[in-house]
Amino acid sequence: MDSTQVIEDGIEKSELLRFSTCGSVDDGKSTLIGRLLYDSKSLFEDQLDALERSVTLSGELKVNLANLTDGLRAEREQGITIDVAYRYLATPKRKFIIADTPGHIQYTRNMVTGASTANLAVILIDARKGVIEQTRRHSYIASLLGIPHLVLCVNKMDLVDFDKKVYDSICDDYEKFSSRLDIKDITYIPMSALDGDNIVDLSPKMPWYKGPSFLSFLETLHIVNDRNFSDPRFPVQWVIRPRSDEYHDFRAFSGQMACGVFKVGDDVLSLPAGKRSRIKEILHLDQSLDLAFTPMSVAIRLEDEIDVSRGDVLVHPDHIPYVSNEIEAMVCWMHEMPLLSGRKYFLKHLNQTSKAVIKEVIFRTDINDLTENYDVPSLSLNEIGKVKIKTQAKLVFDNYKRCRSTGSFILIDEATHATVAAGMICEPANNIPMPQYDGYVI
Amino acid sequence: MEHYRLSHLDTLESESIHIMREVAAEFQQPVLLFSGGKDSLVMLRIAEKAFRPAKLPFPVMHIDTGHNFPEVLKFRDDLIESIGEQLIVRTVEDAIQKGIAVETADGNVSRNRLQSPTLLSAIEEFKFDAAFGGGRRDEEKARAKERIFSFRDEFGQWDPKNQRPELWNIYNGRTFEGENIRVFPISNWTELDVWQYIEREKMEIPSIYFAHERDVFYRDDQWLSTGEYMAPRRNEMVQKKTVRFRTIGDMVCTGAIESTCSTVADIITEIAAFRVSERGGRADDRFSETAMEDRKKEGYF
Repeated sequence: MDSTQVIEDGIEKSELLRFSTCGSVDDGKSTLIGRLLYDSKSLFEDQLDALERSVTLSGELKVNLANLTDGLRAEREQGITIDVAYRYLATPKRKFIIADTPGHIQYTRNMVTGASTANLAVILIDARKGVIEQTRRHSYIASLLGIPHLVLCVNKMDLVDFDKKVYDSICDDYEKFSSRLDIKDITYIPMSALDGDNIVDLSPKMPWYKGPSFLSFLETLHIVNDRNFSDPRFPVQWVIRPRSDEYHDFRAFSGQMACGVFKVGDDVLSLPAGKRSRIKEILHLDQSLDLAFTPMSVAIRLEDEIDVSRGDVLVHPDHIPYVSNEIEAMVCWMHEMPLLSGRKYFLKHLNQTSKAVIKEVIFRTDINDLTENYDVPSLSLNEIGKVKIKTQAKLVFDNYKRCRSTGSFILIDEATHATVAAGMICEPANNIPMPQYDGYVI
Repeated sequence: MEHYRLSHLDTLESESIHIMREVAAEFQQPVLLFSGGKDSLVMLRIAEKAFRPAKLPFPVMHIDTGHNFPEVLKFRDDLIESIGEQLIVRTVEDAIQKGIAVETADGNVSRNRLQSPTLLSAIEEFKFDAAFGGGRRDEEKARAKERIFSFRDEFGQWDPKNQRPELWNIYNGRTFEGENIRVFPISNWTELDVWQYIEREKMEIPSIYFAHERDVFYRDDQWLSTGEYMAPRRNEMVQKKTVRFRTIGDMVCTGAIESTCSTVADIITEIAAFRVSERGGRADDRFSETAMEDRKKEGYF
């Protein structure tokens, strides 16, 4: 890594790419991340020293790059990754946040967690084994969580003599399977993470491969257009009211643009109440901005003194979301105590927490073969299914596939306060009758 | 669409502002833990961006080990006064007097460990239900797995195996009475990000981050500062060196590095080329491979 370049390009130009990896004990996931950190010189000497120490103690001969990522005591003792670990990597071109998650079915909830913020899913395949149940599971989760890009790393190519035929046949298998998923962009890369083939530099051992190395792929993947810039959504988080002499009547609504773009002068509609106004000013500390786009955190002042508070969502009158207290959603159950129809939960969506009750489990998805099982009474830990939920307060939402922020929620157990489920709202089955606001027919 | 590109620093800043506003909205009595070090300075800057032109909706609190660098304490007081916010200081010394914290027999040992009981007692005193900390996930392996909203039980303890899943940017901050959470708004920042941000925002930082002359002696692969609390042993020779500090903690355990950096830009160049991690210079992390995990379970930041 050229350090001066990081400084010059790093501050204003470099983008942030978040990717998730999932894998099981022996498919080389931790080795791949370790290799990436090692070869891009993102590891420090004392971290390497710590690594050697542990290697000597456990009597292993080869440097175990996996030990870099398995940080908790239990993980090191059992040689497995239990939780989501976040890793950071910077190259002159980009900055990366890696959500490293375990791959076993009992850690589905961790995979879902890691996938929730990712722009890219990195899926590892052992070239000797090809597409297996776990590959399908990971891919399904990536698709469900709306990750726009996926890269299939066909790893351990050294163990199949870098054979192009093996690689091609795995790619064909995956192509057939993935046509059933909802992932816009899939890339395939043959590699050997253990020896660094096609990780940072292209390997002379696979001259038949014409694509980019893994790192170069990560650095050039186009992600700006993945965000929704067409539906302005500004969930109000906190009302700024200084109540000082200098700012006597000052009132600004602060929050993070969930999707879309707002400009000064734009008409806004505050939902669910339906009050209308216009944007007077967009503030970021002492700067006055012309516009704000997702995912910027700003403060918005309106022309009129309308009643807006935390939980309300400012939208553009021409791009209206759904407003309802009944939703259908895909949920991943994350707690030992299974879903109970009729039990009270809190549903946190945007900046609003509402009481909620699960009316019905519509189906459960078998995440290994993607079949849907109807007539199931409940969902247990790590199970995924479609449910019907009724909330006390009205939700202002979009289909998750259209906007990840306005389409996602968590369920919190009322009695224990545990986060029990992650939900992705589906397109409403019957067209919800759109309410009319202030003479506006929507 | 290209002009809707947000730089990585702006993306991180926006995420951190969102976290701070969430806490302000959902908790009764938050507090921002502040040491005068670079990470807490960045947090404070982000808090200003989240809430100005109003005052911060929470106080700023320093848990003082009593072994802090005097330059840093002065910097802390001046800064908090200049931005017109409220500063609470609770000292390890007081906690020792009250018998809440117990010092080990070895006088030269770091008081970092004693910050935990001092902090817990302050949390109880003010009934704080959320405390912002400047921890970053790139610092250490156990931190890499800690949530942004990190739940603590009534004893202030962290249970790494029983963390709430944290999805998208939806945070579950529900607690029962007596429980509280630590919130790490700059979890996703790296050391380099912090410095680039300080440079971009033209922030003031304590002078000991820059190169200066200091009486130091060599111990455990690092230069330690001589002073009231830290005396060299018989075979350790005191020398005058041009050094700076890469992190600011307790004088007893924070090692200086030889450096000639006189500006933030110099520091960025220096650390971008560094091959030793930030915490590589802190003796308190070196006891064992899982030293941080163990301290966090006890209630450390």
